[in-house]
Amino acid sequence: MSADALDRQIAIPKESLLETARRLASEGFDNLHCITAVDKNESIELIYILYSINKHACVTLKTQLALDDLAIESLANIWKSADWLEREVYDLFGVKFLNHPNLKRILNPDDWDVHPLRKDFSRPDLIKKPKY
Amino acid sequence: MTWSSVETIKENIHTEEFWVNMGPQHPSTHGVLYLEVKLSGETVVDLITHIGYLHRGIEKIAENRTYTQFIPFTDRLDYIAAMGNNLGYVLAVEKLMKMEVSDRAKYIRVIIAELQRVASHLVGITTFAQDLGAFATPLFYGFREREKIVELFDDICGNRLTYNYMRIGGLQFDLPKGADEKIKNIIKYMRPKIDDLESLFSSNAIFTARTKGVGALSKEKAVNYSVTGPNLRASGVKWDLRRDEPYLCYDKFDFDIPTGVNGDSWDRYKVRIEEMRQSLRIVEQAIGGLPEGDPTIKVGRIIKPEAGESYMRTEAPRGELGFYIVSDGSAYPYRMKIRSPSFSNLAVLSELAKGIKVADVVCVLGSLDIVMGDIDR
Amino acid sequence: MAVAEKIPASGLIEKFPGGGIVLTTGESVLKWGKASSLWPLTFGLACCAIEMISTGAPRFDIDRFGAGVFRASPRQCDVMIVAGTICVKMGDCMKRLYAQMPEPKYVIAMGNCAVSGGIFYHDTYSVVKGTEALGIPVDVYIPGCPPRPENLLFGIIKLQEKILKESALCGRKERRVR
Repeated sequence: MSADALDRQIAIPKESLLETARRLASEGFDNLHCITAVDKNESIELIYILYSINKHACVTLKTQLALDDLAIESLANIWKSADWLEREVYDLFGVKFLNHPNLKRILNPDDWDVHPLRKDFSRPDLIKKPKY
Repeated sequence: MTWSSVETIKENIHTEEFWVNMGPQHPSTHGVLYLEVKLSGETVVDLITHIGYLHRGIEKIAENRTYTQFIPFTDRLDYIAAMGNNLGYVLAVEKLMKMEVSDRAKYIRVIIAELQRVASHLVGITTFAQDLGAFATPLFYGFREREKIVELFDDICGNRLTYNYMRIGGLQFDLPKGADEKIKNIIKYMRPKIDDLESLFSSNAIFTARTKGVGALSKEKAVNYSVTGPNLRASGVKWDLRRDEPYLCYDKFDFDIPTGVNGDSWDRYKVRIEEMRQSLRIVEQAIGGLPEGDPTIKVGRIIKPEAGESYMRTEAPRGELGFYIVSDGSAYPYRMKIRSPSFSNLAVLSELAKGIKVADVVCVLGSLDIVMGDIDR
Repeated sequence: MAVAEKIPASGLIEKFPGGGIVLTTGESVLKWGKASSLWPLTFGLACCAIEMISTGAPRFDIDRFGAGVFRASPRQCDVMIVAGTICVKMGDCMKRLYAQMPEPKYVIAMGNCAVSGGIFYHDTYSVVKGTEALGIPVDVYIPGCPPRPENLLFGIIKLQEKILKESALCGRKERRVR
């Protein structure tokens, strides 16, 4: 059997993230495997991939953040792995995680003010893609 | 000043906690890792891990490369186990495109991935021993053995470290003539060498004293921190994607999943030793049943998957390596996230280090077997 | 006379026929000593570091060229082998490490990343485009991604040749003025 986390997606509004996460954690989802974000130009989509090792189950949470309000509750109090993963998303996308124990840049230098994985990030030396 | 008792001297001496920097250039941080350690005497009170000294922006590069062009970059993520990364990436793209590969390609991929696991663990264990003060000797043994596998990969694809061998939909080349004989010889050569290595470490009083009971990671904590791979199994969780979510043709092979009991540095080392033996078992079965056929690719270089997303995780030597790819229907990925195993494995270090001696921080770090390229991407 | 035969820059040494006396200049002995005991800094940045360790391992054995004593402290080193990608965050540390090395000091840029940024030249935001871009002068460039251990050995031999050619006492100063 091959479990695919993306086959079981739950789209939630950002206000109910913490509540949903707590409920999933109590249902046995003990492993927050991955947090990532995708810049959809008009919004930023956050993706949380959760696994349960005992129950052999998986689920994906997706939530949309408007560009003018990039803030969401942190899950670091429920799953410790969220600590670094959220810092990475903050570093690369500029999403602020509320109540995070230590929200600092993790990969890039502390004094940067850009978020490089955003689609509007550009540098003069980025080459143009050839059209295929 | 008159003589006074030890107690009064202790009272009069002013002591305070202090910060010590380890890295980014330090012989036992396995690359460019920077640790800030707060010490009270020799005991670690707090440890802050700083990463990003090898952040090369590979995820941004991915958005500007075609799917095939990105394969060489995966080599440079976890450079000690480059084939494992190649494999994870091509499987993710194949999943996105719902593509099937030939049986021979699957078998060769399994053989290559398992040999890579042996090579990677050899480096992991022997550098760990080097960190504990066994200067150079175990490292020399480990690299001598690893050289056999590297030489085979060199024959197969023409490079020693960054292979660029897997392709979306197959492999770059078939195995060269005589490669199966070579692989059989490697298995025959490697088995007694692994026993040798194990007896070298396990019978060493210093090694056992410095690893047993040091840096114990409980089951719950390991899962909560999303620690994966040998480190998770050392904590007693019997979880291996090759068995629990079989990809390629791992379900056809018979192998055990070694687990530890205490989750300390000793268990992490033991699990790696045992995993090498199991990997050789898999390779032996796979080379015995290698089907005929053509493993090379049938698709062109420019691939345009349909708009959609896929997440594929594989059991790389260091843990679960995940690729999350979003496609918008063009020849370039819209977004690629690499969920690297070492990233989450390292996050647990500051938790493990609290309360142990500063010399043991090096021991715990070595036993976690991290690669900075994998962490920083 | 075994020593005299081993010295690469032969011609600097005169042998008395049948005698046990060797005449040479102090400078050439100094250079010979310098070239045949290059102590590298243990400084692996990325992928190339694994090939650097492989070079030190039994198969290739960098010790044959006197360059196998990897030191962890820059204060004890003669040559910095820049093995890997230099990232923006690491740049300052690299400059400091280079400054901490005592003269005479040499730099080998190992691999494409250390030469020019290599595969990470385009499209990225956090990679320094080569060692020279940091202001660290490079003596020997070794291309390859990663270079094979033989290439690194060749680079070390080239560096030894370079040391034997320059002036022993003020070689670096002359270079700097230029």
